[in-house]
Amino acid sequence: MFDFLEGYDLLGAFWVTVKLTVYSALGSLLWGTLLAGMRVGPVPLMRGFGTAYVNIVRNIPLTVIIVFSSLGLFQTLQVTLGGGDDFEVINFRLAVLSLALYTAAFVCEALRSGINTVPTGQAEAARALGLSFTQVLRLVILPQAFRSVVNPLANVLIALTKNTTVAAAIGVAEAAFLMKDMIEAEAQLILISAIFAFGFICLTLPTGLLLGWVSKKVAVKR
Amino acid sequence: MTASVLFDAQGPRAKRRNVLYTVVFLAALAAVVWWLYVSLDEKHQLDWVKWEPFFTSFQPWETYLWPGLLNTLKAAFFALLIALPLGALFGIGRLSDHRAVRVPSGILVEFFRAIPVLILMITANAAYSEFTDIASDVRPLYAVVTGLVLYNASVLAEIVRAGILSLPQGQTDAAKAIGMRKGQTMRYVLLPQSVTAMLPAIVSQIVVILKDTALGGAILTFPELLASVRPMSANYGANTIACFTIIALVYIAVNFALTSFASWLEARLRRGKKSTGAVVGTAPGAASKSSRLPRPSPRARPTPDGPSMIRPRGAPAHLPCPPPRVSVT
Repeated sequence: MFDFLEGYDLLGAFWVTVKLTVYSALGSLLWGTLLAGMRVGPVPLMRGFGTAYVNIVRNIPLTVIIVFSSLGLFQTLQVTLGGGDDFEVINFRLAVLSLALYTAAFVCEALRSGINTVPTGQAEAARALGLSFTQVLRLVILPQAFRSVVNPLANVLIALTKNTTVAAAIGVAEAAFLMKDMIEAEAQLILISAIFAFGFICLTLPTGLLLGWVSKKVAVKR
Repeated sequence: MTASVLFDAQGPRAKRRNVLYTVVFLAALAAVVWWLYVSLDEKHQLDWVKWEPFFTSFQPWETYLWPGLLNTLKAAFFALLIALPLGALFGIGRLSDHRAVRVPSGILVEFFRAIPVLILMITANAAYSEFTDIASDVRPLYAVVTGLVLYNASVLAEIVRAGILSLPQGQTDAAKAIGMRKGQTMRYVLLPQSVTAMLPAIVSQIVVILKDTALGGAILTFPELLASVRPMSANYGANTIACFTIIALVYIAVNFALTSFASWLEARLRRGKKSTGAVVGTAPGAASKSSRLPRPSPRARPTPDGPSMIRPRGAPAHLPCPPPRVSVT
């Protein structure tokens, strides 16, 4: 029944999906936190930039961003991100860049709502101690905010995992790309779809359960 | 500038420092813009010839952009039209007292929420070509709509469930007290009230649907807005950057209008005295957060209403800082 799987690197494809997810999750967490910091900070220009970035990015389809990274950045502007002439490496890096830039907008918004759940007294007390804005944010507010947004961030991460399939649009050899190949070559539509659906459930379900448990563990009891 | 609890009112030194930060940030931004300008100019992407078709004639709009946008809107419209009733059905199904209804609805909803839309679209496309005789020129539209319906119906089901659960328990109790049956309670008491609570979240979901139609253009040869880039840039002299800028602006205009409408709606509903004031927040995971718990507390408000860090100090306390309006995709 599963003979047709021979010759296809199923695990390899899902491994690419996992790598895409992990790299862009790290990138978007970093960039999203910076954006959130800018949006609540005292410098008007940075606030404006953060707001504009989030509003622009989350209103453009991810597909447009990823296709642009290939057609616009790579093929027109010849940005290779240090990938040399290896198309596979270049496309992978472009996909990670696009996914990270896109997801950062959602991370920023999740974090901002997390900052909102920290009682005002915390910030007031921190300021009364003479801490500067960056210290207030770094030492008092963000540690508490992060603990309250584990669940929303988990949802962003799950959405990111599913969004990595869009990288198939620029030929990154991840799960959806392989699935399209297999459907065209094999006459086992239902079975192939079921396998890939199962694969994604295996990736997203444990993430949700694990981070749901973590969020309960680390939640600040108020 | 608005006062924030996160930092002190600025004295002369802080003001000077802020000016410094502004200058440094501006310099960094300028560097990026300069790099973009130089590299675009080098590839002749900024030449007026490449941009001129969009501004001096209607031809690209008539031939490519408008039909593309129309297809995008068409797919999104059909998807929403079918997904809404399905979502309501499964959302209510998950709240059923009967295990035989509750469990299958729950499994279906969780299943389709866990799978990428693209996988659903590819499968639908292949299935239509294999098992049905839908003409190949409309097949992508069918496939895109099918994929969007399966995914978004399950998300909408969660929104409906959260909306119904956001109503105070007293509503159900009162309906029971005057002798209404379960179906009547749902139809005459819970659903009408929860619709207002769900509206903002539903409008945000429309943005998600609209954005996901682009997948059909990139992978399934569905002739929507994004797919119009290739023929357009082929026709107007490789003006890739100009084409992408224009279609991105179109997407932003449409989606920004929808997002703003959702925030306006949410703010209005929160203020409103007529409804229960319960609103299913459109914050990331607000609708789905409750799904992690077996049965969320009916009184739980999905978005925090406490004192707010970001609220300008002058703002009235009963107006919670608008939570970020995003749906995760």
